[in-house]
Amino acid sequence: MSEFKQTFNSSLGKKLIMALTGLFLCTFLIVHLGGNLLLFRNDNGYSFNVYANFLTHFPPIEVIAYLLYLCIIVHSIYALVLTIKNRRSRPVGYAVVNKSPATWQSKNMGLLGAILLFFIVVHMRDFWFRYKFTNEVTYKEYRTDLATNQTTVADYVPVSADFEPTVSTENNVEIVRVKDLHANVVTSFSCLWYVIIYVLAMGAIAFHLKHGFQSAFRTLGWVHRKYTPVVEFIGTWLFAVIIPCLFALMPIVYYITSLKN
Amino acid sequence: MEQNNMNLTLKVWRQKNAQTPGKFVTYKADGISPDMSFLEMLDVVNESLIHKNEEPIHFDHDCREGICGMCSLYINGHPHGPKRAITTCQLHMRTFHDGETITIEPWRAAAFPVIKDLAVDRSAFDRIQQAGGYISVNTGGVPDANEIAIPKVIADEAFNSATCIGCGACVAACKNASAMLFVSAKVSQLGMLPQGQPERYSRAQSMVAQMDAEGFGNCTNTRACEAECPKEITLTNIARMNNDYFSAKLFREEHIHENNG
Repeated sequence: MSEFKQTFNSSLGKKLIMALTGLFLCTFLIVHLGGNLLLFRNDNGYSFNVYANFLTHFPPIEVIAYLLYLCIIVHSIYALVLTIKNRRSRPVGYAVVNKSPATWQSKNMGLLGAILLFFIVVHMRDFWFRYKFTNEVTYKEYRTDLATNQTTVADYVPVSADFEPTVSTENNVEIVRVKDLHANVVTSFSCLWYVIIYVLAMGAIAFHLKHGFQSAFRTLGWVHRKYTPVVEFIGTWLFAVIIPCLFALMPIVYYITSLKN
Repeated sequence: MEQNNMNLTLKVWRQKNAQTPGKFVTYKADGISPDMSFLEMLDVVNESLIHKNEEPIHFDHDCREGICGMCSLYINGHPHGPKRAITTCQLHMRTFHDGETITIEPWRAAAFPVIKDLAVDRSAFDRIQQAGGYISVNTGGVPDANEIAIPKVIADEAFNSATCIGCGACVAACKNASAMLFVSAKVSQLGMLPQGQPERYSRAQSMVAQMDAEGFGNCTNTRACEAECPKEITLTNIARMNNDYFSAKLFREEHIHENNG
């Protein structure tokens, strides 16, 4: 055990932890984006609400979710520990700042990470905490006529406070009663400053991952002429362009829709 | 030729010893030939200081042909000055323009304490090297040259790593004062060759342990070191070192049996 402790307390061990937790968070982003793209379906939030319900009621996902929260915390704490160590390694700074061609994002990962941590706290408070631990989120009832596949939607008031979401079929009509997280999304993203926070955070994640994704592979020691360009391509286009843009599009689209109503 | 000579203003870091805080002192360097090296220019300044009965500026130098790794100096925000892939002794005054103000600082790192003025104590590098930067060779008859076949690609790569002169520019350039480029070059130059295999994994472990003990920072893959290295040592070395280190720590422990004392 002490040998493992020594390994993970070494400079390279701490970097390994940063890389592994960072890459796990990257894979989570893909899953999170996949689910959230349901927000773009024009179905009164039916598929999004069912998806949110699935996430919070399927045990394996819940286990992975807690692993994910642990990764966020460990990644942040190790970042702080490493930053303090790095600062101490140069007690007297330079009068003329280094003019090497190192990219801006590579030199400001801590700042970008702090922005993201702030964002994650706000985001989890509004969508995760309220959904799971409060009764602030209202319910919706979706009735789908299985013969015609027509869905109607209505507000649903649960009989008791500890009401659990249900799916039932009566007279060839499927009735789904779920917490209406979609309504939270609609109200949150009708607020301009909230939309701005989200879009800025997605900008931060783009720059953070532009450097972080390929840097994690370097830390793991996976550098090779053949696949390093592939890693850099994925890090740039998928993690720094496509994913942040699609995420940022959600608050923007919902804000524009709210202006029309 | 006289009219081509340059008049410069130097802002030089003067510090009595590691215990005393230092400060910048401004000197005039007049009538400097553009064909002088940077160190020759400092020699001229020191001559005039000696004539005025002032303490000359202390700086490290030895071979003055770019191979010993003794000269240092952080010039206008760059270790070894603004030109790529040369040491300070190979830097000529024609790189600067007449009337320019040049700021000269020592390498700044907790692990490189200032001895006096611009000279810093780089014996931390010696201790890292002594911790594992060697191979074991049997005494006896001289082995045949080319007895061990080594692929050209490997020989070239090991030789590229071996060109590191241990000047410490990587530490000086790194925003974290990390020594990982130096250590990884030393790990690689031996670890890639057949002669370096017996100690390959213990070498990576002991050199990294010594590096950590000396108080250097942690690599964040900004690539500033690679850009400023006078011998153009590449960042790939760091990935290679990480690979050897993690292999050693996690998969190649010497005592593999549980009760092997």
